[in-house]
Amino acid sequence: MHLRACLWVLAAAATAGCATASPQGASSGPKPRAEAAGTAEKASVFAADPFVSTYEPLPSRPTLIRNATILTAAGPILRNASLLMSGGRIVEVGTNIEAPADAVVIDATGKWVTPGIIDTHSHLGVYPSPEVDALADGNEMTAPNTAEVWAEHSIWPQDPQFALALAGGVTTMQILPGSANLFGGRGVTVKNVPARTYQAMKFPGAPHGLKMACGENPSRVYGGRGRSPMTGMGNVAGYREAWIRAARYRDEWKRWEEGGADPARMPQRNLQLETLAGVLEGEILVHNHCYRADEMAIMIDLAKEFGYRISSFHHAVEAYKVRDLLAREGICASMWADWWGFKMEAYDGILENIALVHEAGGCAIVHSDDASGIQRLNQEAAKVLRAANEAGMGITYEDAIRWITINPAKALGIDDRTGSLEPGKMADVVIWSGDPFSVYTRAEKVFIDGALVFDRNDPNLQPKSDFMLGNERKEVVS
Amino acid sequence: MRRLAVAAAATVLLAGAGTAPAQTIAITNARIHTMAGPVIERGTVVIRDGYIAAVGAGVEVPAGARVIDAAGKVVTPGFIDSGTQLGLVEVGAVEGTRDARVNDDRITAAFNPADGLDPHSSPVAVTRAEGITRAIVAPTPGASLIAGQAVLVDLGGETPMEMVRKSPVGMVAVLGERGSQLSGGARAAAILRLREVFEDVRDYMVNRNAYETASRRDYSLSRLDLEALVPVARGEVPLILEVHRSSDILVALRLARELRVRLILAGATEGWMVADEIAAAGVPVVLNPLVNLPSSFEQLGATLENAARLHAAGVTVAFASFDAHNSRNLKQAAGNAVAYGMPYEAALRAVTADAARVWGVDDRYGTIEVGKEADVVVWSGDPLELTTSVEHVIIRGREVSTDNRQKRLFERYRRLDGTMPNAYRH
Repeated sequence: MHLRACLWVLAAAATAGCATASPQGASSGPKPRAEAAGTAEKASVFAADPFVSTYEPLPSRPTLIRNATILTAAGPILRNASLLMSGGRIVEVGTNIEAPADAVVIDATGKWVTPGIIDTHSHLGVYPSPEVDALADGNEMTAPNTAEVWAEHSIWPQDPQFALALAGGVTTMQILPGSANLFGGRGVTVKNVPARTYQAMKFPGAPHGLKMACGENPSRVYGGRGRSPMTGMGNVAGYREAWIRAARYRDEWKRWEEGGADPARMPQRNLQLETLAGVLEGEILVHNHCYRADEMAIMIDLAKEFGYRISSFHHAVEAYKVRDLLAREGICASMWADWWGFKMEAYDGILENIALVHEAGGCAIVHSDDASGIQRLNQEAAKVLRAANEAGMGITYEDAIRWITINPAKALGIDDRTGSLEPGKMADVVIWSGDPFSVYTRAEKVFIDGALVFDRNDPNLQPKSDFMLGNERKEVVS
Repeated sequence: MRRLAVAAAATVLLAGAGTAPAQTIAITNARIHTMAGPVIERGTVVIRDGYIAAVGAGVEVPAGARVIDAAGKVVTPGFIDSGTQLGLVEVGAVEGTRDARVNDDRITAAFNPADGLDPHSSPVAVTRAEGITRAIVAPTPGASLIAGQAVLVDLGGETPMEMVRKSPVGMVAVLGERGSQLSGGARAAAILRLREVFEDVRDYMVNRNAYETASRRDYSLSRLDLEALVPVARGEVPLILEVHRSSDILVALRLARELRVRLILAGATEGWMVADEIAAAGVPVVLNPLVNLPSSFEQLGATLENAARLHAAGVTVAFASFDAHNSRNLKQAAGNAVAYGMPYEAALRAVTADAARVWGVDDRYGTIEVGKEADVVVWSGDPLELTTSVEHVIIRGREVSTDNRQKRLFERYRRLDGTMPNAYRH
């Protein structure tokens, strides 16, 4: 398989393979009160977001899906059931739902319905296809702390991989910077709709993420250049030093606000510290690339030292070894079903990892970190189901569906809005040709905010990026 | 000395040396995909001395046989992954554990990775546990567009010699973008380079004595590489060309005709676009059906329907993971090929009978027929389905252990409530 996630490139190549992004342009002038999209009332100075979401749901009609097998991710499997959506929201899930007069009625006999698939870890748009240097903008490998960069400013909305992920039922994803740095920058959560600008994909009101990275990548990249961090201990010193500065920065701004916020005496903005201060204020969620169990335990202590929360560990190949700790601390783990062995910190991967985290009461997530894997997150979950049940763990479909829907929504801070099929939530819905945990099943229809945005049986409802337009291929007739 | 070198480079079928005595096993009541005829709904497979002794619906269980009751189960030949680095890599990023590539330009075609195989490498046991019993182990390009020789291995072997079952099965080279990079920066230069290589090899074949006395012109290859390419020039060993763009595939087909070599296409992302031409040339294709990203300008036609369309055009298709640690996902890849239009039996053949045919070992593996080497897997259900388990793996007549490091780690950490650390559980 062609694996090209940044970590893989870093791992497999003797040289650090991820291309470096162009330096971002200068920031605009001080606008500490700029509104964060959708959460203007909550945003502090640190989470201020001048890059406002312009996302608007696509046109939809009230739609009733009938006679389906439904996995809601919020309760038991429903057989021969219906789902009604209207105005972009889920209205009702159950049996004996009457179709409103103007509703589109879909007979889903033999088909299954799930929430839209959510991926906590994607590099679509920042590592697009085609893999050319000009577009490989996911890893600002210029300093171990680049908390000031935002992945969203590297997104190429014309990446054809978005449409492929959509055909796999993915409705929402977080796009993260790469993992070369201790602090890689901010991640952004997007709705998987085709758009001319990334702002038109940006999930309204979703908090930013901060990508942090443990382990081999930062120490290899920077140690290889003869600078810190060169070791695991260098990594930890680097985090701590940064958080000390961030806490001071936050306090400086708080004192200024409490002292009347005199514009003439406003502190100097620092984009790097602004991101870290946003984490300390709980407004930016930490997504921490970390493979080894012992390193996760270190990161948990570190978070406690500075008073922030880790939303999810990512990759977490050894999460099973500290699953009790993760459950106790309420930290999600975003994991692959079966990737292992491509580097030392991935050597102890086991097929039951995700199921063990789940069984311990933790928040288990299947993530992709890969443009191929994101197309089949349901299949990845199925492989874990198989391994877990072979080991007698008694994992159910109701459990497994959570790993790719509501649990990732929770890690991204959007589980109150999407991730399960419950009245009032966004109508992000997939109709599958059959059992979503079968290798033969394909997503047939995908709805985002109630709008039918993909239909396998209707070429007019299969988005195609500008890049692919005119680049389609057909049989050669010679 | 020269004769010895020729013998070493020629295709050598290796006898089954050093295996423990195989017992007689009867698998009964199974749904059997023999891959050599219709599915047997409720049949028996008898395995004796490493070979299939009988198969059918009314077959008697021999006295003293170990019986595996496979009622409700499915039996297939062991799966063959037609492209891996199994046994050549333990940890991807740990250089000392990687042996699939050489960067010495005096050892390109001559590079045969078999002497670097490690049967105890953990991906081997992990893969075997998932019903994959044979694999093509192939080098990847280093300094030259000729990467070296691919070999067929058995994943039950205890020594490198036991693992290797046919060596070489092909000579690996690359065209397209990668070939261009390795030939000075243009596709056509790679073609020119391959032409030069085979001109030199053919010249060398008839002027060996002159070469030995240094009274022949210089060749573009080292002596080792020239020798290694002789069986390819003779058509005894196929040339495996990794190539993706449809136009590059057509050029590869023409080049193979011109050079009078047997060709196997690997990758062939846009193969479906020229499927009729590939079929007409009688050239098989080794591919991973999951490749559907337009990840380079030579793969803009990537589609999950590639395998199905090639098959429909009459091309013999074999599936490869092109991986080591997750070679086990070959089954998932085959299942997806079915989801995207390939007939079920054809997808199963692409990891059994047709794979054996592509590699020229269909007289010995790939089907459950009397006289074939007994690589047999008992599955809990449909072998291509994600939720199916592997219940028994038999390689050359012996049931092999499906234990591995990952299962040991799982068992160690199954409980976290011991009074003593988990390190005491082993």
